[in-house]
Amino acid sequence: MQAFVDQLIREGYFPGLPKEIIYLGAMLLAALVVLSFFVAPLAGITSWLERRVWARMQSRVGPNRVGPQGILQWLADGIKNLLKEDIIPSAADKWLFVLAPYIVFVGFLATFVVIPFGSQLIVADLNIGIFYLLAVTSLVVVGILMAGWASNNKWSLLGGMRSAAQIVSYEIPAGLAVLTIIFVAGTMSMQGIIKAQGWAPWDWFLFYNPFTFVAFFLYFTAALAEGNRTPFDIPEAESELVAGYVTEYSGMRFLFFFFAEWGNLYVIGAIATTLFLGGWQVPPVTDNPVLIGVLQFMVFFLKAYFWVFVAMWVRGTLPRVRVDQLMSACWKYLVPLSFVSLLGTAAWMVLYPKGNRLASFGMFLMGVAILLLFFKRVNYQIRHSRPEIYWKPYI
Amino acid sequence: MSDPVHAESEAFHTEDMTISMGPQHPSTHGVLRFIVKTDGEVMREAIPDVGYLHRSIEKIGEKVTWHGYVPYTDRADYLAAMFTNQAFCMAAEKLAGVEVTRRGEFCRVIACELNRIASHLIAVGSFGQDIGAVTPFIHALRERETVNNLMEEICGARLTYNYIRIGGVGYDITPETCGRISEFLDHFELIVDEYNRLLSYNKIFIERLANIAVITREDAFQYNIVGPNLRASGFKWDIRRDIPYSVYPELEFDIPVGTGEKGTLGDCYDRYIVRIREMQESCRILHQCLKMLPKGPAIAKVARKFKPPAGEIYVRVEAPRGDMGFYVVSDGSEYAYRVRIRTGSFTAMSLIDKISRGLMVADLIALIASLDVDAPEIDR
Repeated sequence: MQAFVDQLIREGYFPGLPKEIIYLGAMLLAALVVLSFFVAPLAGITSWLERRVWARMQSRVGPNRVGPQGILQWLADGIKNLLKEDIIPSAADKWLFVLAPYIVFVGFLATFVVIPFGSQLIVADLNIGIFYLLAVTSLVVVGILMAGWASNNKWSLLGGMRSAAQIVSYEIPAGLAVLTIIFVAGTMSMQGIIKAQGWAPWDWFLFYNPFTFVAFFLYFTAALAEGNRTPFDIPEAESELVAGYVTEYSGMRFLFFFFAEWGNLYVIGAIATTLFLGGWQVPPVTDNPVLIGVLQFMVFFLKAYFWVFVAMWVRGTLPRVRVDQLMSACWKYLVPLSFVSLLGTAAWMVLYPKGNRLASFGMFLMGVAILLLFFKRVNYQIRHSRPEIYWKPYI
Repeated sequence: MSDPVHAESEAFHTEDMTISMGPQHPSTHGVLRFIVKTDGEVMREAIPDVGYLHRSIEKIGEKVTWHGYVPYTDRADYLAAMFTNQAFCMAAEKLAGVEVTRRGEFCRVIACELNRIASHLIAVGSFGQDIGAVTPFIHALRERETVNNLMEEICGARLTYNYIRIGGVGYDITPETCGRISEFLDHFELIVDEYNRLLSYNKIFIERLANIAVITREDAFQYNIVGPNLRASGFKWDIRRDIPYSVYPELEFDIPVGTGEKGTLGDCYDRYIVRIREMQESCRILHQCLKMLPKGPAIAKVARKFKPPAGEIYVRVEAPRGDMGFYVVSDGSEYAYRVRIRTGSFTAMSLIDKISRGLMVADLIALIASLDVDAPEIDR
């Protein structure tokens, strides 16, 4: 990105402007393009897809009226929320109340800077990429706490406090799981991590050794908790805390929180893909750079979106855990397990400095076996579930 | 302030937070209100504040005729309207000495047990939703919809039935409807397995409910807990068996009781699983009733100007929320002199404060859901 702007400056496109202004303009333009042409449709369509998938799991229909199969429902919802009255409760702390959704939103949006959609398709390949990601996603908790406090509502306060405790706790297993991969890859740059893996599944860090395999599930569980998703959605548990920290929000401010939540689902998938699933690596099928770019983007997108679907699936299946169970799950099980996986990986690297190809292949076969077993179970459940009785109308 | 210990405790002094939970709260099952005092997430006390759904149904009983009051009893518990119908009609019949026809009795039992399934489906489904699993709720409502369709075939209404009349039932059950009911039963018995796989044996669900909000048998007796909540505490008491009415003595059915299979006896999980098992027992009863359904009139001849002789009566039926009692006093006129309704949810409310102390806020939700309290039944 910077190289491209530098090239434009050298070719004399912006005569007489200071370099900093040009950089600033380029950054804003890039953010605008990313926000309006990628992030907004992504979050919107994720919201639509979640409602559809969820509806199908519950034998309902879901939104299917706006556009083909209801795919434009998110636009209708957005317009509706924009046109709603902007209510700020009179007892609320006005400035913090207004500011909170933007902080949440910035914390979510800033992650897109380092997400590598392809070998060329990245806004900035920071050398501390994954570290930066962990840092900016922590910004979300500040916004949520702010929202909970500023609303001046007891349910909001409880939700905000729960959220703070939850996100701060689950940062630790997530961070340690990420650290496992940083050990193996030897770099924190997102592109560097992907380049250390191959296109074939047995070259992925997921199957690098048994410990990284565990680390993946640790990361995904902790990320679900950080993203306030079921079964860890206690900060906004609608049956307990009304709506948690968003109780007092309405209209567009309300939407910002959910925009961030749905977009964040994709970010979780993208990070998991980058760290464990080989990112955009594609088999060498063609020399055409454009075609390769498209292929890389598609591979990355689908891998990441699969985990979005898994999160939806989990949400459609599981009940919610209680606060103390959530905390004990984190501190008693996830944190020790992630330490074990970290130390185990370190030991593995001492034993096999170049990695163990045979073990990777074995792990891959085991993964396939687990997947087959899982789908066998799913198939059993589907075959043994009964559809609704349908009678012809009586009259 | 010179005492350091005292100073420290002053510094750590925290205030309890008083939260008004309801009447507009997603999981208080209607318009219930709890004044909850919490220390963070832990409850200090939860005082139920009832009366937001009071509609003077008891007083209305003194102002309308005996026949005319039956539709009002529907509204006393709209999730199980058949039972309030039946209780009031039984009271009137006993006062006047009206004999219900045999086919009428069987029609009543069929309708009541279908209604019990519908009511327990709501209880179980909304339990799931209160715990955070929305899918089981929608699946339960889907099956309830089928029951509602059957009810519509039987009596033309889906929620407030006004089906059971003094002397029998309003409409006879046709053979076609009988076929559909047995088709539904064949379908439903397997659906219960599906619920068990999806919800009942889910690890998180069990963790949330086992050992939570234990109601001991002594507490249950002292606070007059009835119905499935009492049976979950391990006491085998069912009006259908112990104070038999209608044709229940001729039918064969078990009374599921809590066994503490996942935790302590009388915890939330027991109250949940007892309802699941009761639905299966209802299926058994329905199968027998459909087989035994005799021929004959569905309703006995009752005077249009119904005037029972002066006297008083108390009748009880086993409703989905437990012992439902009607105390009716007649002075021999066209109107009842006094009508009083005793419901299971109302007594269950008095227990909530005692049980909920020391629980977490999320557990209070589980407790309310497991008691299956129902705002219209509490306030009437």
